[in-house]
Amino acid sequence: MILALAADYTVQTVAMGAALLGLVSGTVGAFAVLRGQSLLGAALSHATLPGICAGFLIAGGRHLESLFAGAFVSGLIAAGVAVAIAGRSRIKTDAALGLVLGLSFALGVVLLTHIQARGGAAQAGLESFLFGQAAAMLRGDLAVMAVLAAVALGLVAAFWKELTLVTFDPGFARVQGLPVAAVELGLTALIALAIVLGLQMVGVVLVTAMLIAPAAAARQWVRRLGPMVALSALFGVAAGVFGAVLSAAARGLATGPLIVLAATAIFAASILFAPERGLAARWLRRRAERRRVAGRRVLRSMQALAKEHGDPAYPAERGMIEALHGPGTRAALARLEAQGLVRPVPHRPGSTPHWALTEAGRVQAEDRA
Amino acid sequence: MTAFFGSIPAMIVLTGVLVGLASVLPGTFLVLRGNAMLTDAISHSIVLGIVLVWLATGATAGPVQIAGAALAGIATVVATEALARTRLVKPDAAIGLVFPAMFALGVLLINVFARNVHLDAHTVLLGEIGFVWLDTLPVMGAQVPRAVVWLAIMLAINAGFVLAFYKELKLATFDADQAEALGLRPRLLFNLLLALTSATAVAAFDAVGVILFITFVIVPPATALLLTDRLSRMIALAGLVAAGSALSGYPLAVMWDVSIGGMMALMTGVFFTAAFLLAPRHGLVAGWLRARGQRRDHDCRALVVHLLNHADTPEAAEENTARAMAEHLHWAAPRVVRVIVDGLDRGLIRREGEMLTLTPKGRAMARDIRDPLAG
Repeated sequence: MILALAADYTVQTVAMGAALLGLVSGTVGAFAVLRGQSLLGAALSHATLPGICAGFLIAGGRHLESLFAGAFVSGLIAAGVAVAIAGRSRIKTDAALGLVLGLSFALGVVLLTHIQARGGAAQAGLESFLFGQAAAMLRGDLAVMAVLAAVALGLVAAFWKELTLVTFDPGFARVQGLPVAAVELGLTALIALAIVLGLQMVGVVLVTAMLIAPAAAARQWVRRLGPMVALSALFGVAAGVFGAVLSAAARGLATGPLIVLAATAIFAASILFAPERGLAARWLRRRAERRRVAGRRVLRSMQALAKEHGDPAYPAERGMIEALHGPGTRAALARLEAQGLVRPVPHRPGSTPHWALTEAGRVQAEDRA
Repeated sequence: MTAFFGSIPAMIVLTGVLVGLASVLPGTFLVLRGNAMLTDAISHSIVLGIVLVWLATGATAGPVQIAGAALAGIATVVATEALARTRLVKPDAAIGLVFPAMFALGVLLINVFARNVHLDAHTVLLGEIGFVWLDTLPVMGAQVPRAVVWLAIMLAINAGFVLAFYKELKLATFDADQAEALGLRPRLLFNLLLALTSATAVAAFDAVGVILFITFVIVPPATALLLTDRLSRMIALAGLVAAGSALSGYPLAVMWDVSIGGMMALMTGVFFTAAFLLAPRHGLVAGWLRARGQRRDHDCRALVVHLLNHADTPEAAEENTARAMAEHLHWAAPRVVRVIVDGLDRGLIRREGEMLTLTPKGRAMARDIRDPLAG
């Protein structure tokens, strides 16, 4: 089954396209997420729609290169407009982004219907950019994507130092004489490029997730930028290929949403299970800490009782310790016993369980006190 | 009455106006509070709510749908906040992670279960306001489009909410800490507001689709924000912009044969652009004029002080000339000409041959600048 799929020409094409998208969006997304620009991608991706339509109108047909060029330019213009609105008026950044997103999409819809009204068979393909139509991808399209991906990755590699500095400390970068504004513009252009790469595959509405999810997932596993970018790119590729192959295996499932859900699943797994930062690791750490504190309290209470009774091996009744420390006391006692700090002792004539400190337990309790 | 509700253009425009009015009520507070992108998230995620309710009940409109989507909207907000609270991702990334996932799931479910049914992804995304008149309900003897009925109800609910909690919303928007301290529960209030936003989105999605809905929520309030400093006026102006966009968008869409909903949404952008450029106090042109006026005022002040400094000194003949302004103050020639013209116009200086001398008024002004405490 899988082998048959892997040999399928269309599946190969789609999977390779998805891998290219994941590679670039994972790489570029790492910078966008670290810079707190996650939502810029959302505004930018919706803003590619009017550019696609304009590219179609100017080229007079569905030439991928002109559609991509139009999408890229309109994405950049939208980003510029959002920055200008947020910077030059009392409107906040999020409202400026939402405004640009909504209005450019409206413009796109108007242009789309204008193209449809003019008729012509070639227009049929444009609406597919809303949700992507991976199956319609051709080997020729793949070549265009590969060139764009190479450009994007080449730029990231060439300007690695500048990108790093501007991402983490733009103030210092400015002092160092770096053209910060130019680097920021370059990053925005890279985001636009990654979005353009995703247009055919996942469409304008969902492509933003490919910038955010792999990067946010990678951030949970590593601390340094280099490994984070690499891991983010890897996650992007994995989500892309997984989504593409799954949609081929289960006919009728759209590729774009599957890729996005795969990326989201990788993110969910990362925040749950990443060592150190992950929620599971955090929960385990907190539990260990809670247990340590509970054990220490029990030890100290038992020692206080022992002192009061002038008997270092004073057998404390379990009910009394429970009364002092509430539920969870028995589990705490069991853990202390396993550590050899307390031991159960018989206490006649009563039949209730009693506990006493061991020698090690006394040392431990003194030590902590 | 019947004629009005039977008229297709009237119903289309009425639907647009109702979408606009119902949207700007929560929109105003979201824009002011800096939550505008949550609208984006909500309007995408309710697609999942719409699909789930449709799968469960078969309803594509009506109270169950609206309640279901309100829940989906709330779920989005809760999930986003929970994700941000783990501090593992930034708040903006949390928004960008939650809504594409919910949207993708919604689209996938439509894909699997709703092929060729009323509910297709493009309609959810774009709406079709041109067809609202096809689906009508009898109301008081007239056949009223279903969308109009539901939008009118949502408008009434939103208006009731804003009127009932106006003071609380105002305080929660501008000073959340104070509202919290007074026991007004600002977070609860905003979650209710977001629930109303989601419910409005469902009522609106048939007509304009979930993405153009964002435009109606954000752009008219943003436009109004540039025009006024008062909350009540901002709401009123936003309503005017929204209604004006629907009214003007329809004939333009018909004329150019393009999407009606898209054109109505785009018109909000035209209003915004006009306000952004021309708003009396916060507009770009006003700001530019103000800056220019200040620059010219400043140049006049520099001129009179310069003239006073050198007046009645041996260098006066050389210093107090137009050429000296250019050479000693390093002003470009056009700037020198302008400042001298300004000085003459304002009666601050006189020209005597090459020499510039201060009028009594200019002398008083220069003295005042140089020694403001002299009285």
